[in-house]
Amino acid sequence: MAYKTLIGLEIHVELSTKTKMFCSCANEFGKDANTQCCPVCLGLPGALPVVNKSALEYAIRAGLAFNCNIATHSMMDRKNYFYPDLVKGFQITQADVPLCSGGYIEVDSKNGPKKVGLIRIHIEEDTGKSIHTEKGDSLLDYNRSGVPLIEIVTKPDMNSKEEAQDFLEKLKSTLQYIEVSDCKMEEGSLRCDVNLNVIDEERGLKSNITEIKNLNSFSAVGKAIEYEVKRHIALLEEGKNTTRETRRWNEVENKTVVMRTKEVAADYRYNTEPDIAPIVIEESWIEEIRNNLPELPHHKKMRFIKEYGIPEYDAGVLTQSKDLSLFFEETVKFAKDPKQVSNWIMGEVLYRLNEEGIEIKDLKFSSKDLADLLKLINEGKISNNIGKKVLKDMFETGKKPDDIVKEKGLIQISDEGELKDIVNKVLDENQKSVTDYKNGKDKALGFIVGQVMKATKGKANPQLVNKLVLEALKER
Amino acid sequence: MDIISLTALELREKVKNKEISAREVVSAHLDRIKEKESKINAFITVTEEEALRAADRVDEKIRSGEELGLLAGIPVAIKDNISTKGVRTTCASKMLENYIPPFEATVIEKIKKEDGIIIGKTNMDEFALGSSTETSYFGATRNPNDTERVPGGSSGGSAAAVAAKEAPLALGTDTGGSIRQPAAFCGVVGIKPTYGLVSRYGVVPMANSLDQVGPFGRNVKDAALLLQAVAGHDERDSTSMELDIPDYINSLTDNIKGMKAAIPKEYLELEIDSNIKDSFLNTVNILKDLGVEIEEISLPNIKHGLPDYYIISTSELSTNMSRYDGLRYGYRAKNYNDIDDLFIKSRTEAFGKEVKRRIMLGTYSLSKGQADEYYKKALKVRTLIKNDFDKAFQKYDIILGPTTPNLPFKVGEITDPVTMYKSDLFTVAVNLAGICALSMPCGAANGLPIGLQIIGDRFKEINILKAAYALEKSLGGVM
Repeated sequence: MAYKTLIGLEIHVELSTKTKMFCSCANEFGKDANTQCCPVCLGLPGALPVVNKSALEYAIRAGLAFNCNIATHSMMDRKNYFYPDLVKGFQITQADVPLCSGGYIEVDSKNGPKKVGLIRIHIEEDTGKSIHTEKGDSLLDYNRSGVPLIEIVTKPDMNSKEEAQDFLEKLKSTLQYIEVSDCKMEEGSLRCDVNLNVIDEERGLKSNITEIKNLNSFSAVGKAIEYEVKRHIALLEEGKNTTRETRRWNEVENKTVVMRTKEVAADYRYNTEPDIAPIVIEESWIEEIRNNLPELPHHKKMRFIKEYGIPEYDAGVLTQSKDLSLFFEETVKFAKDPKQVSNWIMGEVLYRLNEEGIEIKDLKFSSKDLADLLKLINEGKISNNIGKKVLKDMFETGKKPDDIVKEKGLIQISDEGELKDIVNKVLDENQKSVTDYKNGKDKALGFIVGQVMKATKGKANPQLVNKLVLEALKER
Repeated sequence: MDIISLTALELREKVKNKEISAREVVSAHLDRIKEKESKINAFITVTEEEALRAADRVDEKIRSGEELGLLAGIPVAIKDNISTKGVRTTCASKMLENYIPPFEATVIEKIKKEDGIIIGKTNMDEFALGSSTETSYFGATRNPNDTERVPGGSSGGSAAAVAAKEAPLALGTDTGGSIRQPAAFCGVVGIKPTYGLVSRYGVVPMANSLDQVGPFGRNVKDAALLLQAVAGHDERDSTSMELDIPDYINSLTDNIKGMKAAIPKEYLELEIDSNIKDSFLNTVNILKDLGVEIEEISLPNIKHGLPDYYIISTSELSTNMSRYDGLRYGYRAKNYNDIDDLFIKSRTEAFGKEVKRRIMLGTYSLSKGQADEYYKKALKVRTLIKNDFDKAFQKYDIILGPTTPNLPFKVGEITDPVTMYKSDLFTVAVNLAGICALSMPCGAANGLPIGLQIIGDRFKEINILKAAYALEKSLGGVM
C-alpha cells in the first residue's frame, strides 16, 4: 500500500533574553529553586505584566529569519486553565492575532530541497515547573514562570522522520545563528510536539491525527514518528483507525502511550489580556531588525562552497552551528588549505567535542593554535598521526602545539644517517621478516616499517623510513 | 481644637505651621476610630503603630526643616484591595484573610512619598463585588448617616470612614460605580478618574479594563488633593498614560460661567427615586444660575450599559480569580484528596456567594459557543457607548446626572442580585467609556444624602472638579 505520512510540528523555544517576558527577573537556567521570582511572575494579586521589548525583538528576528509576515498590530490573550505550575490560572499568550504568520523553512527531502510552511509564530510566557519526588511529593519551582517563549506551528508539510529531523536541525541552527535561543532540548529551551497521521490517497483512507509529547531529543522525534507511522498503518490495515488523542513517548520502552484523548475539546476561554496595551510595531523597527539579521546558515553554506572551494557536504556540517562556522573561518585565515582545515575540524575536532560532550566555545585552544598545528604537519615537522596526538593534548591542556612538540620531543626525525642506523638495527633483529620479504611476502615490509616507527616512538618521517627500509632490504 | 473636623488642606497647613503635630492629628483620628468602629465597621485593619511611626517621621521632618509633601501629616484610609507592603490586604475575603503583600501598590508609594499617613485598610464588598459593602467576610459596614443603612459599595468602608470623620481622606476603587455610589450614599465627594490616570499596579483587579483608583474627601478640594498625589504615569502599569498632570487645586475657581453641560434624557427616563430626581433638577437650576449652559442630549446606547458592564466585568473577573487556588498564598482547604480537589475545596470554602456567582457568569460569557454572543458582542457594544460619549464631549464640557437611582437602603433589604446590580445604573457607562466622573453631595431627603454625578471627557478631570467646586461653594460648602 502507498501510505503517505503527514507530519506537523509545534515547537516551543525559550528566548535567551536577559530578563523574563513581563518582569525584570533574570532569565537564567539552573538557579536555586524559586530565587528568580517577583510579584509579577508569581502572579501575586495586583502585580501587572509589562511586555519585555527585547522579547518582542527576538520573536520578530525569528519571524524574519523564517520569512514570516510580522503583525504591526497584535495583542496578548489569556489562556485559562488550572495547573499547579501556572501561577495566575491563565497563561498570557496570543490567540487570534499572532506576532508572526506564514513563512517557511527549507529542508532537504528525497526529491531535493522543499519548503515546509509555517502557520504562525506567537509569543507567550512559560510556566513554572513541577518536580515529583520519589516520596510522592510535588515540588514547585517558579524560576521558569514568565520566561519568554515563542511557539512555532508548522503546516503538516513533512512526510518522513528524516524531513522532520532536518526541519528541526535547520530551525535550531537558524535560531542559534540569530541568537534568539540556545535551543538546548536537554534544558528544555527547545521543546517539540509532533502531530501526525497517514493517508492512502488511492483507497481514500486516512488515520486520525495523534499528538506526541515528551520528546527529549531529535532522535526521539525520529523514533516516535517511526513508531507512530507503523501503528497508524497497522490499524488502517486491520480496518480500524487511530483515536484522536495525545500520546507520550516512552524513551525507555521505545513506544508511545496514551496521555489523554481529545474527544472533549479543552475550552481555554481565551480573552484579551486587559493589563497589556495593544502591541503596536512600527514598520521602521521591523526594517531595522531585518537589516541587522546576521548571515543565515543556508547563505553561509553557499558562501563557504564558493569562497573556500570545499564540498557541499563539508559546508553543510561546518555551518550547522554558528560557533563552528566561525571557528572554521578563523582557522582558515591562518592556514593555507581550507579543505585540510575542514577535514581536521569535521574529523578530529568534532570527534573530540562529541567524545567529551563539550561545545566549540568550551575549547581550551584557539583557531590560531589549530592553524599552527596544521603548519607543523605541512612543514613535515610532525606526522599526521603525531598531529592527532598533539591535538588531543591541546584539548586536554590548552597548550600551544609548538610547546607540546618541543616538550615531548615529537619533532620528526628526518636525518637520513640517524634513521639508517635504526633501520639496520631493526633488520638485524628481525632476520625472519627479512627472509619472508625476500621470499615475496610483501606484508613483511609493513611489519619492518612499523618496527622502525616503534623504535623512534613514531617520530620518524614515515615516507623516509619507507624509502630507507626498501634500500636496506635490497642490500641484504 | 476639633482636629477631626478640619479639612485635609487645613490639617496640612496646621501641621506645617507647627500648630499641631502630625502625631496629634493621627492620634485624634485613631481615637475617633476607636469611638466609632463598633457602630460603623469601616475598617478591616487599623494600622495604629505604623501610622504613629509615620506621623513621628513627618514631625521629625518638620523639626529638621525638610521640605514636606502634598499630604504632610494627613491620615489616609485605604480600601483593602490596594496592596500595602507588610500590612495584610484581604479584599474582604476569607481567601486573603491572612495575605500580606510583599510589595507596595504604586499609589501607596506615592502617598508615602507625599508624607501622607496610612491609617488603615477599609472594608469593602468581597473582591469589590457589590454595591452595599454587605458581602464582606468581615461583616457589613454601616452608613454613618443612618447605621441601619448601607454605605453603598464596593468602597463602602472608605466612604464611611471619611463621612464618619475617621479619616479626612480615603482611597477607593471604582469599576462600575464603586467610588461614586458610596460617596453619594455617605454624603462625601468621590472621584473616578479617567482610565489610565492613576496606576493600577498593586491594586487587586476586579475588572482590569474598567478598574480605576480614586479619592474620597469631605469636600472637592480635599478629594482633588489626594487625586493630585496619586495621579501620573507608572512604567509598571502599561495601561497608565504618559501625560502632564495639571495643578488641580490651583485651577479651582467659583467662576464657571459659560461652561457647557449636557443632561442625557435617557437618565431621566430611568426608574429614579422622586427625591433624587427633584434634588437633581434643583441642582441643575443652581448650575444654570452660575452661568452654566445646560442642554438635553441623547446617549442612545447608554441603556445597554448595565448588561454590557456585567458581561465584560464578570468575564475579566472570572479569569482574575483563577490565581486563588490555595497553593502559593491565601486560604487552603484542610482536607483534600488530590490537586484538583485542593483547588475546588479551597475555592469553595473561601469564596463568598457573590464571588462565585460572578465567576460563573464570567466563565459562561467566555466559554466556547457563548463568547461570540456575550463577551465579544459586549466589547462591540462598549465601543458604541464610548462613541456616544465621545460625540457628546465634542460639544459639552461636562455631563450631569444623578449618581444613584435610589437612596441608601437598609442593611439586608436587597437580596435579589439584579436589583442590587441596578444601583450602578448611572455609573457603569463611565467606566465602559474610560472617562472620568465624580459624585458630590447635592441635597438630602429624610436625612439621607443625595449625590450628583458630574462626568467629564478623558483626562479632563479639571472640568468636573471646577464645576463641582463652584457648585459646592454655591451650596454652602461642606454638606
